[in-house]
Amino acid sequence: MIGLDIAFWILAVVGVIAALAVVLLGDVFRAALSLVLCFLTVAGIYITLSADFLAAVQILIYVGAISVLIILAIMLTRDVQRGSPSNRLRLPAFLVAILFFGGVAYALLNTTWQVSSTPPLEPTTPAIARLLFSEGGFILPVEIAPILLLAAIIGAIVLVREK
Amino acid sequence: MVGLEHYLILSAVLFSIGLYGALAKRNAIVILMSIELMLNAVNIAMVAFSRYIVPLLLTGQVFVIFIMVVAAAEVAVGLAIIIAIYRHRETIDATKIDLMKW
Amino acid sequence: MLADYGYIGLLLVVAIFFAVTTLLLPFFLSFPSRLVIYFRRFTQYLETHYPFLVRFIPPLPKFPRFMQVVPYNPNPVKSSTFECGMETIGTAWVRFNFRYYFYALVFIALDVLVVFLYPWAVELRGLGLFGLIAALVFIFIIVIGYIYAWRKKVLEWK
Repeated sequence: MIGLDIAFWILAVVGVIAALAVVLLGDVFRAALSLVLCFLTVAGIYITLSADFLAAVQILIYVGAISVLIILAIMLTRDVQRGSPSNRLRLPAFLVAILFFGGVAYALLNTTWQVSSTPPLEPTTPAIARLLFSEGGFILPVEIAPILLLAAIIGAIVLVREK
Repeated sequence: MVGLEHYLILSAVLFSIGLYGALAKRNAIVILMSIELMLNAVNIAMVAFSRYIVPLLLTGQVFVIFIMVVAAAEVAVGLAIIIAIYRHRETIDATKIDLMKW
Repeated sequence: MLADYGYIGLLLVVAIFFAVTTLLLPFFLSFPSRLVIYFRRFTQYLETHYPFLVRFIPPLPKFPRFMQVVPYNPNPVKSSTFECGMETIGTAWVRFNFRYYFYALVFIALDVLVVFLYPWAVELRGLGLFGLIAALVFIFIIVIGYIYAWRKKVLEWK
């Protein structure tokens, strides 16, 4: 247990620093790379929560696919030299973020959560498969997800393709 | 001893950072990256609730998988829109894309 | 200990051996020569900026010949991106062709396909015919997007 605690603190600190680097760095490319680091630490957080399949999915989708798309888009738009400046709303945005964090933190620290003491299910992959693909499970969302993805792919191709 | 509150606070911190980035940045790609940060924060909260409140149900983890799929679709379309705007107007500065603003 | 993991352990051993021989060993073997070069640069810097300090620097000790297993003599041609072939022109920040984006799109579709097929394959026997039909419908819908990209000729390089 103490190992899990140490792992959580290291991952949390690295993840928050990487997330701050995403919004504060001036170089868009470096911001994208620190976003990848943040995704990796989130995958580690899933492992500390004993969600092993989700950690693999996080690395597969976020680190593997989404960061590839983002870095590719940065290279396609050639705005790297211009950097990522802030707009005029920097101070109000900071205040909004601080207020939001204060409100959420106040709410969740003053709520009594009914934490269950049952040890978590391991391994999670067969259980998730039964939830996703069996008759009483989430079969309708599973079939709607590729339709959404199909619409996204066709829309993206139509948008980017030259006339 | 790390508990549910620690994960929720971490999730709130990441969400606030993403919120600041989405509100205060000019580069459209950086705004999209901040939105990805916010989605990740929500995912952490989902998995933490699933782990600590209903450890045997795994419903939160299934939801996280769907959120990830939706995020992938969202990034594909969003970046396509940004690339299309860039090819027409040679900029992805969100303050300069104001054709429909009065 | 690694033998418990079978071929994966063997692969790990080979990978570690490869990394050590090709990456780490040359670096550390050339480290004494690197030190000599850094020391020389440091003394040159001192000589140009603070000439009066030079008399206090001890002379560079003669490194024995066997210490310099891999000599470290960098020059601009050697440390360029491509040592042989065409000379490089300009920076790396050119605008890439947007055609690459379509490959990334198809990749993201197949990636999501894998995410859903993996748990189905793990629990294949337990899910039975219903799961098989669900997975086939899933694959069919994704393949429609792939065929669309194919028929619209966005995967071709004109």
